[in-house]
Amino acid sequence: MAAKSIISRPVYGTLSAQPGKHHLFVADAEGALAISDLAAKVPAGFFADAHIIFIPGNDGKHVAALEALNPAQFYQGPSFASALPRLKQTLANAHMGLRLYLAGTEGLIGQAMQAALEAGIDHTAIQTEHRGSLARRVQCVHCKGITESVTTQPATCSHCGLLLLVRDHYSRRLAAFQGVCINAEDRSEIPPTEEIFR
Amino acid sequence: MGITFRKETFRDDFTFRNSPEHIRRFPFPFHEDSYMYAVNIEPHVLGPKGSVLENLIDVDEHYVAEMQDRALVLAEDPLRCQSLSHMTLAGWDLLELLMEQQALGYPEHFTLTRDGDRWRWINRPLGIDDTFTFGDVSTLPYGPMEYITRQSQGDFCILDQRDGNLWMDAGMVTTQADWSLDFDIGMNFFEWHAPVPLAHEKGIFVRALKFLTNIQQGKPARRLNWTMTINPRLDTSPENYHKWGPDRATVTPENVGEKVHLRVELQSFWRLPRSNGIVFPIRCYLIKMDELVTQPKWARRLHRVIRDLPDELANYKGLTRYRATLVEWLSKLDDGSPTSPGFGPD
Repeated sequence: MAAKSIISRPVYGTLSAQPGKHHLFVADAEGALAISDLAAKVPAGFFADAHIIFIPGNDGKHVAALEALNPAQFYQGPSFASALPRLKQTLANAHMGLRLYLAGTEGLIGQAMQAALEAGIDHTAIQTEHRGSLARRVQCVHCKGITESVTTQPATCSHCGLLLLVRDHYSRRLAAFQGVCINAEDRSEIPPTEEIFR
Repeated sequence: MGITFRKETFRDDFTFRNSPEHIRRFPFPFHEDSYMYAVNIEPHVLGPKGSVLENLIDVDEHYVAEMQDRALVLAEDPLRCQSLSHMTLAGWDLLELLMEQQALGYPEHFTLTRDGDRWRWINRPLGIDDTFTFGDVSTLPYGPMEYITRQSQGDFCILDQRDGNLWMDAGMVTTQADWSLDFDIGMNFFEWHAPVPLAHEKGIFVRALKFLTNIQQGKPARRLNWTMTINPRLDTSPENYHKWGPDRATVTPENVGEKVHLRVELQSFWRLPRSNGIVFPIRCYLIKMDELVTQPKWARRLHRVIRDLPDELANYKGLTRYRATLVEWLSKLDDGSPTSPGFGPD
Protein backbone atom coordinates (compact mmCIF):
# COMPACT_ATOMS: atom_id res chain seq x y z
CA MET A 1 0.00 0.00 0.00
CA ALA A 2 1.17 3.53 -0.71
CA ALA A 3 1.91 5.67 2.33
CA LYS A 4 -0.37 8.54 3.33
CA SER A 5 -0.06 11.17 0.68
CA ILE A 6 -1.62 14.24 -0.84
CA ILE A 7 -5.12 14.61 -2.24
CA SER A 8 -4.29 14.54 -5.95
CA ARG A 9 -2.54 11.16 -5.49
CA PRO A 10 -4.89 8.45 -6.81
CA VAL A 11 -6.46 6.07 -4.34
CA TYR A 12 -7.08 2.51 -5.50
CA GLY A 13 -9.60 0.03 -4.18
CA THR A 14 -10.45 -3.62 -4.69
CA LEU A 15 -12.26 -4.70 -7.84
CA SER A 16 -15.88 -5.61 -7.20
CA ALA A 17 -18.51 -6.70 -9.68
CA GLN A 18 -20.81 -3.86 -10.74
CA PRO A 19 -24.33 -4.20 -12.12
CA GLY A 20 -24.03 -3.78 -15.86
CA LYS A 21 -24.49 -5.36 -19.27
CA HIS A 22 -20.87 -5.53 -20.35
CA HIS A 23 -17.67 -5.70 -18.35
CA LEU A 24 -14.39 -4.41 -19.75
CA PHE A 25 -11.21 -5.38 -17.90
CA VAL A 26 -7.82 -3.85 -18.60
CA ALA A 27 -4.91 -5.32 -16.65
CA ASP A 28 -1.19 -5.87 -16.72
CA ALA A 29 1.09 -8.41 -14.99
CA GLU A 30 -0.10 -9.08 -11.42
CA GLY A 31 -3.31 -7.18 -12.14
CA ALA A 32 -4.52 -10.56 -13.43
CA LEU A 33 -4.66 -11.71 -9.80
CA ALA A 34 -7.16 -8.95 -8.98
CA ILE A 35 -9.40 -10.26 -11.77
CA SER A 36 -9.02 -13.84 -10.50
CA ASP A 37 -9.97 -12.71 -6.98
CA LEU A 38 -13.04 -10.97 -8.34
CA ALA A 39 -13.93 -14.05 -10.41
CA ALA A 40 -14.12 -16.13 -7.23
CA LYS A 41 -16.97 -13.93 -5.95
CA VAL A 42 -19.17 -13.40 -9.01
CA PRO A 43 -22.20 -15.42 -10.16
CA ALA A 44 -21.77 -17.97 -12.93
CA GLY A 45 -22.01 -16.44 -16.37
CA PHE A 46 -20.57 -13.06 -15.33
CA PHE A 47 -17.67 -13.35 -17.78
CA ALA A 48 -19.99 -14.27 -20.65
CA ASP A 49 -20.39 -10.49 -21.10
CA ALA A 50 -16.77 -9.64 -20.39
CA HIS A 51 -13.86 -8.43 -22.50
CA ILE A 52 -10.38 -8.76 -21.02
CA ILE A 53 -7.45 -6.75 -22.36
CA PHE A 54 -4.30 -8.10 -20.76
CA ILE A 55 -0.64 -7.11 -21.01
CA PRO A 56 1.28 -9.91 -19.29
CA GLY A 57 4.68 -8.24 -19.40
CA ASN A 58 8.07 -9.93 -19.56
CA ASP A 59 7.41 -13.07 -17.54
CA GLY A 60 4.23 -13.88 -19.48
CA LYS A 61 2.41 -15.27 -16.46
CA HIS A 62 -1.32 -15.44 -15.69
CA VAL A 63 -2.58 -15.77 -19.28
CA ALA A 64 -4.01 -19.26 -18.80
CA ALA A 65 -5.81 -18.25 -15.60
CA LEU A 66 -7.61 -15.41 -17.38
CA GLU A 67 -8.45 -17.53 -20.43
CA ALA A 68 -9.97 -20.11 -18.10
CA LEU A 69 -12.59 -17.52 -17.08
CA ASN A 70 -14.00 -17.89 -20.61
CA PRO A 71 -14.60 -14.21 -21.29
CA ALA A 72 -16.56 -13.28 -24.42
CA GLN A 73 -13.38 -11.62 -25.71
CA PHE A 74 -9.80 -12.07 -24.59
CA TYR A 75 -6.87 -10.08 -25.91
CA GLN A 76 -3.24 -10.43 -24.97
CA GLY A 77 -0.87 -7.66 -26.04
CA PRO A 78 2.85 -7.01 -25.83
CA SER A 79 2.52 -3.46 -24.44
CA PHE A 80 -0.04 -0.90 -23.38
CA ALA A 81 0.62 1.11 -26.54
CA SER A 82 -0.25 -1.90 -28.68
CA ALA A 83 -3.50 -2.45 -26.76
CA LEU A 84 -4.55 1.19 -26.89
CA PRO A 85 -6.24 1.27 -30.36
CA ARG A 86 -8.39 -1.70 -29.32
CA LEU A 87 -9.22 -0.10 -25.98
CA LYS A 88 -10.15 3.18 -27.63
CA GLN A 89 -12.40 1.47 -30.16
CA THR A 90 -14.12 -0.55 -27.43
CA LEU A 91 -14.75 2.61 -25.40
CA ALA A 92 -15.95 4.57 -28.43
CA ASN A 93 -18.45 1.83 -29.34
CA ALA A 94 -19.58 1.24 -25.76
CA HIS A 95 -23.22 1.53 -24.87
CA MET A 96 -24.81 2.42 -21.54
CA GLY A 97 -24.19 -0.34 -19.08
CA LEU A 98 -20.50 -0.89 -19.85
CA ARG A 99 -18.48 -1.29 -16.65
CA LEU A 100 -14.77 -0.65 -16.61
CA TYR A 101 -12.26 -2.43 -14.34
CA LEU A 102 -8.56 -1.55 -14.27
CA ALA A 103 -5.97 -3.58 -12.41
CA GLY A 104 -2.20 -3.69 -12.23
CA THR A 105 0.56 -1.10 -12.19
CA GLU A 106 -0.16 2.59 -11.67
CA GLY A 107 1.05 3.33 -15.19
CA LEU A 108 -1.45 0.87 -16.68
CA ILE A 109 -4.34 2.11 -14.54
CA GLY A 110 -3.51 5.74 -15.25
CA GLN A 111 -3.19 5.36 -19.02
CA ALA A 112 -6.32 3.21 -19.36
CA MET A 113 -8.21 5.75 -17.25
CA GLN A 114 -6.90 8.54 -19.46
CA ALA A 115 -8.43 6.78 -22.49
CA ALA A 116 -11.69 6.30 -20.58
CA LEU A 117 -11.85 9.97 -19.54
CA GLU A 118 -11.33 11.00 -23.16
CA ALA A 119 -14.27 8.73 -24.05
CA GLY A 120 -16.43 10.60 -21.54
CA ILE A 121 -16.47 8.08 -18.68
CA ASP A 122 -16.35 9.66 -15.23
CA HIS A 123 -13.34 8.57 -13.21
CA THR A 124 -15.46 7.85 -10.14
CA ALA A 125 -17.39 5.21 -12.12
CA ILE A 126 -14.24 3.18 -12.80
CA GLN A 127 -13.14 0.28 -10.60
CA THR A 128 -9.41 0.19 -9.92
CA GLU A 129 -7.06 -2.10 -8.03
CA HIS A 130 -3.35 -1.60 -7.75
CA ARG A 131 -1.20 -4.74 -8.01
CA GLY A 132 2.48 -5.12 -8.64
CA SER A 133 5.12 -2.49 -9.22
CA LEU A 134 4.90 1.03 -7.75
CA ALA A 135 6.92 2.38 -10.69
CA ARG A 136 5.64 5.76 -11.81
CA ARG A 137 5.00 7.57 -15.08
CA VAL A 138 6.49 11.00 -14.61
CA GLN A 139 5.96 14.15 -16.64
CA CYS A 140 8.92 16.52 -16.61
CA VAL A 141 7.34 19.92 -15.95
CA HIS A 142 10.20 21.57 -17.84
CA CYS A 143 10.39 19.75 -21.18
CA LYS A 144 6.94 18.00 -20.88
CA GLY A 145 8.42 14.64 -21.83
CA ILE A 146 7.08 11.57 -20.01
CA THR A 147 9.49 9.09 -18.47
CA GLU A 148 8.03 5.60 -17.96
CA SER A 149 8.67 3.15 -15.14
CA VAL A 150 10.44 5.50 -12.75
CA THR A 151 11.55 3.67 -9.61
CA THR A 152 14.00 6.15 -8.07
CA GLN A 153 13.88 9.41 -6.18
CA PRO A 154 15.22 11.63 -7.66
CA ALA A 155 14.99 10.44 -11.27
CA THR A 156 16.62 11.64 -14.46
CA CYS A 157 14.30 12.89 -17.19
CA SER A 158 14.78 10.56 -20.15
CA HIS A 159 14.20 13.49 -22.53
CA CYS A 160 16.03 16.60 -21.25
CA GLY A 161 18.27 14.98 -18.66
CA LEU A 162 17.35 17.21 -15.70
CA LEU A 163 17.41 15.55 -12.29
CA LEU A 164 13.77 15.48 -11.14
CA LEU A 165 12.09 15.37 -7.76
CA VAL A 166 9.16 12.99 -8.33
CA ARG A 167 6.21 14.56 -6.56
CA ASP A 168 3.02 12.87 -5.37
CA HIS A 169 1.07 15.50 -7.36
CA TYR A 170 -0.75 13.55 -10.07
CA SER A 171 -2.68 14.48 -13.19
CA ARG A 172 -5.35 12.08 -14.44
CA ARG A 173 -5.44 13.98 -17.73
CA LEU A 174 -1.74 13.27 -18.33
CA ALA A 175 -1.76 9.95 -16.41
CA ALA A 176 1.46 11.08 -14.80
CA PHE A 177 3.12 12.29 -11.65
CA GLN A 178 4.89 15.63 -11.74
CA GLY A 179 8.66 15.83 -11.91
CA VAL A 180 10.37 19.11 -10.95
CA CYS A 181 14.09 19.82 -11.14
CA ILE A 182 15.47 18.96 -7.70
CA ASN A 183 18.63 21.05 -7.89
CA ALA A 184 17.44 24.01 -9.96
CA GLU A 185 18.80 26.54 -7.48
CA ASP A 186 22.28 25.02 -7.42
CA ARG A 187 23.02 22.38 -10.06
CA SER A 188 26.11 21.25 -8.15
CA GLU A 189 23.93 19.81 -5.38
CA ILE A 190 23.36 16.16 -6.28
CA PRO A 191 21.17 14.42 -3.72
CA PRO A 192 21.57 10.65 -3.31
CA THR A 193 19.34 8.49 -5.48
CA GLU A 194 17.13 5.96 -3.70
CA GLU A 195 15.02 3.23 -5.23
CA ILE A 196 11.65 3.87 -3.58
CA PHE A 197 8.94 3.13 -6.18
CA ARG A 198 9.32 -0.63 -6.52
CA MET B 1 -5.80 62.26 -16.50
CA GLY B 2 -4.61 58.93 -17.79
CA ILE B 3 -2.00 56.53 -16.48
CA THR B 4 1.58 57.02 -17.60
CA PHE B 5 2.65 53.52 -18.60
CA ARG B 6 6.23 52.64 -17.74
CA LYS B 7 8.64 51.14 -20.25
CA GLU B 8 10.25 48.34 -18.28
CA THR B 9 11.19 44.66 -18.27
CA PHE B 10 10.51 41.65 -16.06
CA ARG B 11 13.46 39.62 -17.37
CA ASP B 12 17.09 40.04 -18.47
CA ASP B 13 17.94 43.59 -17.31
CA PHE B 14 14.92 43.78 -14.93
CA THR B 15 14.13 47.48 -15.21
CA PHE B 16 10.79 47.13 -13.41
CA ARG B 17 10.26 49.83 -10.72
CA ASN B 18 7.30 51.26 -8.81
CA SER B 19 6.72 55.01 -8.85
CA PRO B 20 6.33 56.67 -5.39
CA GLU B 21 2.52 56.70 -5.85
CA HIS B 22 2.57 52.99 -6.65
CA ILE B 23 4.68 52.20 -3.60
CA ARG B 24 2.03 53.80 -1.38
CA ARG B 25 -0.81 51.92 -3.08
CA PHE B 26 0.97 48.55 -2.84
CA PRO B 27 -1.42 45.94 -1.39
CA PHE B 28 0.66 45.02 1.66
CA PRO B 29 -0.79 41.68 2.77
CA PHE B 30 -0.13 41.58 6.52
CA HIS B 31 -2.61 43.19 8.88
CA GLU B 32 -0.66 42.03 11.96
CA ASP B 33 2.92 41.06 12.85
CA SER B 34 2.53 37.36 12.06
CA TYR B 35 1.11 35.18 9.30
CA MET B 36 -0.76 31.90 9.12
CA TYR B 37 -3.24 30.59 6.53
CA ALA B 38 -6.81 31.65 7.01
CA VAL B 39 -9.91 31.74 4.82
CA ASN B 40 -9.36 35.45 4.41
CA ILE B 41 -12.09 35.96 1.82
CA GLU B 42 -14.12 39.17 1.82
CA PRO B 43 -16.54 40.88 -0.57
CA HIS B 44 -14.73 42.45 -3.53
CA VAL B 45 -16.12 45.97 -3.20
CA LEU B 46 -14.60 49.29 -4.21
CA GLY B 47 -11.96 50.71 -1.87
CA PRO B 48 -10.41 54.13 -1.36
CA LYS B 49 -9.38 56.33 -4.29
CA GLY B 50 -5.71 55.86 -5.05
CA SER B 51 -5.68 52.24 -3.78
CA VAL B 52 -5.53 49.09 -5.91
CA LEU B 53 -9.24 48.73 -5.08
CA GLU B 54 -10.25 52.00 -6.68
CA ASN B 55 -11.53 49.80 -9.51
CA LEU B 56 -12.57 46.15 -9.27
CA ILE B 57 -10.24 45.31 -12.16
CA ASP B 58 -7.09 47.32 -11.54
CA VAL B 59 -4.99 48.68 -14.39
CA ASP B 60 -1.74 50.34 -13.37
CA GLU B 61 1.50 51.85 -14.68
CA HIS B 62 2.89 48.38 -15.43
CA TYR B 63 0.05 47.41 -17.81
CA VAL B 64 1.79 47.74 -21.16
CA ALA B 65 5.05 46.15 -20.00
CA GLU B 66 3.20 43.23 -18.40
CA MET B 67 1.27 42.57 -21.61
CA GLN B 68 4.54 42.58 -23.56
CA ASP B 69 6.03 40.09 -21.11
CA ARG B 70 2.96 37.86 -21.45
CA ALA B 71 3.32 37.86 -25.24
CA LEU B 72 6.95 36.75 -24.87
CA VAL B 73 5.96 33.91 -22.52
CA LEU B 74 3.22 32.70 -24.87
CA ALA B 75 5.50 32.77 -27.89
CA GLU B 76 7.94 30.57 -25.99
CA ASP B 77 5.34 28.24 -24.43
CA PRO B 78 1.77 28.29 -25.81
CA LEU B 79 0.70 25.69 -23.20
CA ARG B 80 0.43 28.52 -20.64
CA CYS B 81 -2.96 29.32 -22.16
CA GLN B 82 -5.40 26.41 -22.39
CA SER B 83 -9.14 25.97 -22.47
CA LEU B 84 -10.94 22.63 -22.44
CA SER B 85 -13.54 22.33 -25.19
CA HIS B 86 -16.59 22.98 -22.97
CA MET B 87 -15.20 26.31 -21.70
CA THR B 88 -15.65 28.60 -24.73
CA LEU B 89 -18.88 30.13 -23.42
CA ALA B 90 -17.12 30.96 -20.14
CA GLY B 91 -14.40 32.62 -22.23
CA TRP B 92 -17.01 34.95 -23.74
CA ASP B 93 -18.29 35.68 -20.24
CA LEU B 94 -14.79 36.67 -19.21
CA LEU B 95 -14.27 38.81 -22.29
CA GLU B 96 -17.43 40.73 -21.45
CA LEU B 97 -16.46 41.17 -17.79
CA LEU B 98 -12.96 42.46 -18.52
CA MET B 99 -14.01 44.77 -21.34
CA GLU B 100 -16.79 46.23 -19.23
CA GLN B 101 -14.66 46.71 -16.13
CA GLN B 102 -11.65 48.18 -17.93
CA ALA B 103 -13.84 50.55 -19.96
CA LEU B 104 -15.71 51.57 -16.81
CA GLY B 105 -12.62 52.24 -14.73
CA TYR B 106 -10.38 53.76 -17.41
CA PRO B 107 -12.51 55.39 -20.12
CA GLU B 108 -9.52 57.38 -21.37
CA HIS B 109 -7.74 54.13 -22.22
CA PHE B 110 -10.50 51.64 -23.11
CA THR B 111 -13.82 51.99 -24.95
CA LEU B 112 -16.45 49.34 -25.53
CA THR B 113 -19.43 50.02 -27.80
CA ARG B 114 -22.15 47.49 -28.43
CA ASP B 115 -24.75 47.28 -31.17
CA GLY B 116 -26.54 44.02 -30.48
CA ASP B 117 -23.93 41.30 -31.02
CA ARG B 118 -21.64 43.66 -32.96
CA TRP B 119 -19.04 44.92 -30.49
CA ARG B 120 -16.23 47.39 -30.98
CA TRP B 121 -13.32 47.33 -28.55
CA ILE B 122 -10.72 50.06 -28.44
CA ASN B 123 -7.60 49.50 -26.33
CA ARG B 124 -5.49 52.65 -26.74
CA PRO B 125 -2.41 51.65 -24.67
CA LEU B 126 -1.92 48.56 -26.85
CA GLY B 127 -3.11 50.18 -30.09
CA ILE B 128 -6.04 47.80 -30.64
CA ASP B 129 -9.32 48.69 -32.35
CA ASP B 130 -11.33 45.56 -33.19
CA THR B 131 -14.93 45.00 -34.23
CA PHE B 132 -16.30 41.50 -33.74
CA THR B 133 -19.45 39.47 -33.24
CA PHE B 134 -19.97 38.46 -29.63
CA GLY B 135 -20.26 34.67 -29.51
CA ASP B 136 -18.60 34.05 -32.88
CA VAL B 137 -15.01 32.89 -32.37
CA SER B 138 -14.20 33.28 -36.06
CA THR B 139 -14.41 37.07 -35.68
CA LEU B 140 -11.50 37.31 -33.20
CA PRO B 141 -7.80 36.57 -33.76
CA TYR B 142 -7.73 34.25 -30.69
CA GLY B 143 -10.32 32.42 -28.62
CA PRO B 144 -12.26 34.87 -26.42
CA MET B 145 -10.36 34.05 -23.21
CA GLU B 146 -6.95 34.33 -24.84
CA TYR B 147 -7.93 37.48 -26.73
CA ILE B 148 -8.97 39.45 -23.66
CA THR B 149 -6.39 38.06 -21.25
CA ARG B 150 -3.61 39.13 -23.60
CA GLN B 151 -4.97 42.59 -22.74
CA SER B 152 -5.55 42.25 -19.00
CA GLN B 153 -3.05 42.23 -16.13
CA GLY B 154 -2.92 39.14 -13.95
CA ASP B 155 -3.39 35.43 -14.48
CA PHE B 156 -6.88 34.10 -15.05
CA CYS B 157 -8.32 30.72 -14.15
CA ILE B 158 -11.81 29.80 -15.25
CA LEU B 159 -13.45 27.22 -13.05
CA ASP B 160 -16.35 25.05 -14.13
CA GLN B 161 -18.83 24.28 -11.36
CA ARG B 162 -20.30 20.78 -11.29
CA ASP B 163 -20.83 17.93 -8.80
CA GLY B 164 -20.46 20.40 -5.93
CA ASN B 165 -16.86 21.11 -6.91
CA LEU B 166 -14.88 23.58 -8.98
CA TRP B 167 -12.78 22.34 -11.90
CA MET B 168 -9.78 24.18 -13.31
CA ASP B 169 -10.85 23.83 -16.94
CA ALA B 170 -9.38 26.93 -18.59
CA GLY B 171 -6.74 29.52 -17.88
CA MET B 172 -4.17 32.07 -18.95
CA VAL B 173 -1.26 31.60 -16.58
CA THR B 174 2.01 33.35 -17.37
CA THR B 175 2.87 35.10 -14.08
CA GLN B 176 2.31 32.26 -11.69
CA ALA B 177 3.97 31.60 -8.37
CA ASP B 178 5.28 28.15 -9.20
CA TRP B 179 2.27 26.09 -10.33
CA SER B 180 1.63 24.62 -13.75
CA LEU B 181 -1.65 25.14 -15.60
CA ASP B 182 -0.63 22.49 -18.09
CA PHE B 183 -0.34 19.96 -15.28
CA ASP B 184 -3.31 21.09 -13.19
CA ILE B 185 -5.88 21.72 -15.95
CA GLY B 186 -8.91 19.48 -15.48
CA MET B 187 -8.33 19.04 -11.74
CA ASN B 188 -10.88 19.80 -9.06
CA PHE B 189 -10.41 22.33 -6.25
CA PHE B 190 -8.86 19.87 -3.79
CA GLU B 191 -6.63 18.21 -6.36
CA TRP B 192 -4.96 21.35 -7.67
CA HIS B 193 -4.38 22.57 -4.11
CA ALA B 194 -3.01 19.18 -3.05
CA PRO B 195 0.65 20.26 -2.75
CA VAL B 196 -0.13 23.15 -0.34
CA PRO B 197 1.11 22.19 3.16
CA LEU B 198 -0.83 22.65 6.43
CA ALA B 199 -3.98 24.16 4.92
CA HIS B 200 -5.81 20.87 4.19
CA GLU B 201 -5.49 19.79 7.83
CA LYS B 202 -6.96 23.10 8.95
CA GLY B 203 -10.02 22.52 6.79
CA ILE B 204 -9.21 25.67 4.81
CA PHE B 205 -10.09 24.24 1.42
CA VAL B 206 -13.38 22.66 2.47
CA ARG B 207 -14.58 26.02 3.80
CA ALA B 208 -13.17 27.96 0.87
CA LEU B 209 -14.89 25.69 -1.65
CA LYS B 210 -18.20 26.07 0.15
CA PHE B 211 -17.84 29.82 -0.02
CA LEU B 212 -16.79 29.89 -3.66
CA THR B 213 -19.51 27.60 -4.97
CA ASN B 214 -22.05 29.99 -3.41
CA ILE B 215 -20.70 33.14 -5.05
CA GLN B 216 -23.50 35.05 -6.76
CA GLN B 217 -23.47 37.05 -9.93
CA GLY B 218 -22.65 40.70 -9.25
CA LYS B 219 -21.18 39.90 -5.84
CA PRO B 220 -17.50 39.09 -6.37
CA ALA B 221 -15.16 38.22 -3.50
CA ARG B 222 -11.41 38.57 -2.95
CA ARG B 223 -8.44 37.52 -0.87
CA LEU B 224 -4.74 38.29 -0.75
CA ASN B 225 -1.95 35.75 -1.01
CA TRP B 226 1.79 36.36 -1.03
CA THR B 227 5.21 34.93 -1.68
CA MET B 228 8.63 36.33 -2.48
CA THR B 229 10.53 36.47 -5.77
CA ILE B 230 14.14 37.20 -6.54
CA ASN B 231 14.34 39.92 -9.19
CA PRO B 232 11.08 41.39 -10.52
CA ARG B 233 10.36 38.30 -12.59
CA LEU B 234 6.74 37.69 -13.54
CA ASP B 235 7.30 34.29 -15.11
CA THR B 236 8.25 32.19 -12.08
CA SER B 237 6.64 29.11 -13.58
CA PRO B 238 7.71 25.59 -12.67
CA GLU B 239 8.29 25.13 -16.41
CA ASN B 240 11.19 27.58 -16.17
CA TYR B 241 12.27 26.84 -12.59
CA HIS B 242 15.60 25.47 -13.80
CA LYS B 243 16.21 28.88 -15.38
CA TRP B 244 15.13 31.20 -12.54
CA GLY B 245 15.89 28.92 -9.57
CA PRO B 246 19.58 29.90 -9.50
CA ASP B 247 18.51 33.52 -8.77
CA ARG B 248 17.67 32.39 -5.24
CA ALA B 249 21.33 31.64 -4.61
CA THR B 250 22.40 35.16 -5.63
CA VAL B 251 21.03 37.05 -2.59
CA THR B 252 23.74 38.74 -0.49
CA PRO B 253 23.51 41.26 2.40
CA GLU B 254 24.52 43.94 -0.12
CA ASN B 255 21.83 43.27 -2.74
CA VAL B 256 18.77 42.28 -0.63
CA GLY B 257 17.12 45.67 -1.12
CA GLU B 258 17.38 45.49 -4.89
CA LYS B 259 16.89 41.76 -5.53
CA VAL B 260 14.31 40.52 -3.04
CA HIS B 261 10.70 41.31 -3.93
CA LEU B 262 7.51 40.80 -2.03
CA ARG B 263 5.01 39.31 -4.46
CA VAL B 264 1.35 39.81 -3.58
CA GLU B 265 -1.56 38.23 -5.37
CA LEU B 266 -4.90 39.95 -5.28
CA GLN B 267 -7.18 37.05 -6.06
CA SER B 268 -10.79 37.77 -6.89
CA PHE B 269 -13.69 35.46 -7.63
CA TRP B 270 -16.57 36.27 -9.97
CA ARG B 271 -19.64 34.28 -11.01
CA LEU B 272 -20.00 34.26 -14.79
CA PRO B 273 -23.53 34.84 -16.08
CA ARG B 274 -23.97 32.50 -19.07
CA SER B 275 -21.71 29.57 -18.19
CA ASN B 276 -22.27 29.65 -14.40
CA GLY B 277 -18.50 29.25 -14.10
CA ILE B 278 -16.27 31.19 -11.75
CA VAL B 279 -13.42 33.31 -12.97
CA PHE B 280 -10.50 33.68 -10.67
CA PRO B 281 -8.17 36.53 -11.64
CA ILE B 282 -4.81 36.38 -9.85
CA ARG B 283 -3.37 39.86 -10.05
CA CYS B 284 0.32 39.99 -9.17
CA TYR B 285 1.99 43.01 -7.53
CA LEU B 286 5.75 43.19 -7.05
CA ILE B 287 7.77 45.48 -4.79
CA LYS B 288 11.48 45.36 -4.05
CA MET B 289 12.66 45.61 -0.46
CA ASP B 290 14.25 49.03 -1.02
CA GLU B 291 10.85 50.38 -2.08
CA LEU B 292 8.87 48.56 0.60
CA VAL B 293 10.98 49.80 3.50
CA THR B 294 10.32 53.41 2.55
CA GLN B 295 7.23 52.75 4.71
CA PRO B 296 8.70 52.12 8.22
CA LYS B 297 5.65 50.24 9.47
CA TRP B 298 5.89 47.75 6.61
CA ALA B 299 9.61 47.23 7.24
CA ARG B 300 9.07 46.42 10.94
CA ARG B 301 6.12 44.16 10.26
CA LEU B 302 7.67 42.26 7.36
CA HIS B 303 10.74 41.59 9.52
CA ARG B 304 8.57 39.98 12.22
CA VAL B 305 6.49 37.99 9.75
CA ILE B 306 9.43 36.48 7.87
CA ARG B 307 11.42 35.84 11.07
CA ASP B 308 8.53 33.95 12.71
CA LEU B 309 7.20 32.08 9.67
CA PRO B 310 6.87 28.30 10.26
CA ASP B 311 9.69 26.50 8.43
CA GLU B 312 7.24 24.40 6.42
CA LEU B 313 5.62 27.52 4.99
CA ALA B 314 8.95 29.21 4.32
CA ASN B 315 10.05 26.12 2.45
CA TYR B 316 6.84 25.90 0.40
CA LYS B 317 7.20 29.56 -0.55
CA GLY B 318 10.81 28.93 -1.59
CA LEU B 319 12.36 31.35 0.94
CA THR B 320 14.69 28.94 2.69
CA ARG B 321 17.89 29.67 0.81
CA TYR B 322 17.89 33.44 1.45
CA ARG B 323 15.60 33.78 4.48
CA ALA B 324 18.37 34.34 7.04
CA THR B 325 20.02 37.03 4.89
CA LEU B 326 16.68 38.78 4.43
CA VAL B 327 15.75 38.64 8.12
CA GLU B 328 19.15 40.02 9.13
CA TRP B 329 18.77 42.90 6.64
CA LEU B 330 15.22 43.70 7.79
CA SER B 331 16.15 43.47 11.49
CA LYS B 332 18.19 46.65 11.16
CA LEU B 333 14.98 48.47 10.24
CA ASP B 334 12.99 47.10 13.19
CA ASP B 335 13.47 49.07 16.41
CA GLY B 336 10.92 46.87 18.18
CA SER B 337 8.30 49.60 18.39
CA PRO B 338 4.67 48.55 17.94
CA THR B 339 2.97 48.61 14.55
CA SER B 340 -0.48 50.06 14.03
CA PRO B 341 -3.31 47.66 13.17
CA GLY B 342 -4.36 47.22 9.54
CA PHE B 343 -2.56 46.89 6.20
CA GLY B 344 -1.81 50.45 5.21
CA PRO B 345 1.34 52.49 5.82
CA ASP B 346 1.32 55.05 8.68
